[in-house]
Amino acid sequence: MSANVLHLDNVTMQFGGVVAVNDVSLDVNEGEIVALIGPNGAGKTTVFNVITGVYAPTNGRVTLRGKVIAEDQPRGKMRKLYSGGHAYMYPHTVNNTPDKITKQGMARTFQNIRLFKSMTVFDNVLVAKHMNLKAGFLRTALHLNGAEERRIREETQALLEVVGLTDVQDEIATALPYGKQRRLEIARALSTKPSMLLLDEPAAGMNPQETEELCAFIRDIKDRFGLTVLLIEHDMNLVMDISDRIYVLNFGALIAEGTPAEIQQNPEVITAYLGVAEE
Amino acid sequence: MTIAGKTPKTKKLDRATLISIFIIALVYVLAFVLEQVMPATSMLFTVLKKGATYALVAVSMNLLNGFTGLFSLGQAGFMLIGAYTYAIFTIPVAQRMNVYQYYNGGLVQFSLPVILALVLAGLFAALFAFLIGLPVLRLKSDYLAIATLGFAEIIRAIFQWDKIGVLTNGSNLLRLFPTFADFNVRDANGTVLVYWSTFVPFVIAGVCIALIMLLINSSYGRAFKAIRDDETAAEAMGINLARHKMIAFCVSSFFAGVGGAMLAMYANSVQAKSFTTAMTYEILLIVVIGGIGSVTGSVLSSFLFVASSEWWLRFLDQEQMIGAWKVPLLRNGFRLVVFSVIIMAVVLFFRQGIMGTRELPDLFRKRHKLAGKGARKA
Repeated sequence: MSANVLHLDNVTMQFGGVVAVNDVSLDVNEGEIVALIGPNGAGKTTVFNVITGVYAPTNGRVTLRGKVIAEDQPRGKMRKLYSGGHAYMYPHTVNNTPDKITKQGMARTFQNIRLFKSMTVFDNVLVAKHMNLKAGFLRTALHLNGAEERRIREETQALLEVVGLTDVQDEIATALPYGKQRRLEIARALSTKPSMLLLDEPAAGMNPQETEELCAFIRDIKDRFGLTVLLIEHDMNLVMDISDRIYVLNFGALIAEGTPAEIQQNPEVITAYLGVAEE
Repeated sequence: MTIAGKTPKTKKLDRATLISIFIIALVYVLAFVLEQVMPATSMLFTVLKKGATYALVAVSMNLLNGFTGLFSLGQAGFMLIGAYTYAIFTIPVAQRMNVYQYYNGGLVQFSLPVILALVLAGLFAALFAFLIGLPVLRLKSDYLAIATLGFAEIIRAIFQWDKIGVLTNGSNLLRLFPTFADFNVRDANGTVLVYWSTFVPFVIAGVCIALIMLLINSSYGRAFKAIRDDETAAEAMGINLARHKMIAFCVSSFFAGVGGAMLAMYANSVQAKSFTTAMTYEILLIVVIGGIGSVTGSVLSSFLFVASSEWWLRFLDQEQMIGAWKVPLLRNGFRLVVFSVIIMAVVLFFRQGIMGTRELPDLFRKRHKLAGKGARKA
């Protein structure tokens, strides 16, 4: 039942002498909501960037549904510089650009909202359907794929209804209020028909009420689209409320893993992170 | 429910689009009628022919710089390839001895129909774009601009190299190929019965621009705009950056190549050294003045630009007398000074250009009732 969806083996990301992510191994199983938390600069977004192909890992392996999507070991100058763990256990080099990984069914949102600024809400969601077009370049460019274009427009329309953005669909994306921009980013990610969704601080800048709505929204889309979710978040209420499991990252390394209740009791985590957040 | 979303989109197309289509049709009819009734030597037709040519090249540049966000300055280079391809393949076999007088009649000993040669001009430009694009498109913004600029310069030098003169005629002119004037229908005495020499470039440019518009409004156009707005996000949405940038680059170059062929037809001769960097800048200016991201803007400003530089501002280059008073400063070259000032003013105060990112139908949608009709005819 709970098959493994995403699996990281000893992933290290080192920039020059700086080890941003150090020897991280984690698992996300089918249908779970897993949170990745940690103080600022702990390397959470870097983990996302490795998973989604923005960075190639310095060492380690990323597997999505049993398929290796990234694997490498220290090369060139990095052989001398490397200071992470478990070096030279991953001899193959597998590199995928972010678009290829999205095509494998993994979509993401960004910490600082990255919408297509000049495009309407509708087009923002519609453009995510582009990668699945069957018609070739010439047919599409000459508008000879009418049926397909109609289909993706209808799908977009239906999706906008689900996420509740129909009333603003003809607005320019950046004209939306902040909360709706966040929601639009998630809608755009959903438009690629992912089986796994990565959310990078979805509640950043939201007030408690908006955060609560977001929480319900994430649960809703998870059930509706059968998603597995990995999220980065600083809002502890959201994290504790929504997550099945939590990984805690500090200075690039994992320091704890467990259910929300376990994490709240973990002394190491409290020292590193929650202790500060509590009072 | 799902169909409900389609209707507002189609409804919006109605009136504004119809008016736009009507205006464009009117411009074409006017161009045709005026050509029949006015003397063929009128400056107006020079402007219209060159304007149509520049409009196509400007729109092709806008596709790349405005819609895809790739700042390329290789336009003159691709025009050169297009112009040469067209000329090389259309010079009548009987004339080749005259043209290639230093190269024994040249290498190519056949000639193709004009339409075919135009397509070939585009294809060759696109082929070069593909080859140059492989290494160059990895670069971003200014670096891409520098690399493409360098490419255009290299191409210009290579085409003048006398070792490949059998093909390019070295640094000599290519001429005697079919030009716009050859489309005029004449009787046995050579008197013109029907003038087509302005209408034909309008048709060529019109068809090409319509194709570009189709592309811009297709799913690929949306992907281009996504890349322009945010590369990282576009890639995360599954858009293959390398592939889409390459497509935009090749398509843009294809139409620049066709534009180059049109410029050859307009100028009656081709010489590599005339495809200078200054030409690319002229086209860049047209794009900026018209509005980066607006096809209509590029077309309008092409005609305005050509009319100003070839016609309306010519008086600045000669001494002018108002009554007995001699206007100071006016002399050969002063036109360019005025031009530069206008350009600076545009860049400083009207960065949006004439149209911003709006298109012709947008003018009839909201309160923006701009000079759609009047300016277009200029």
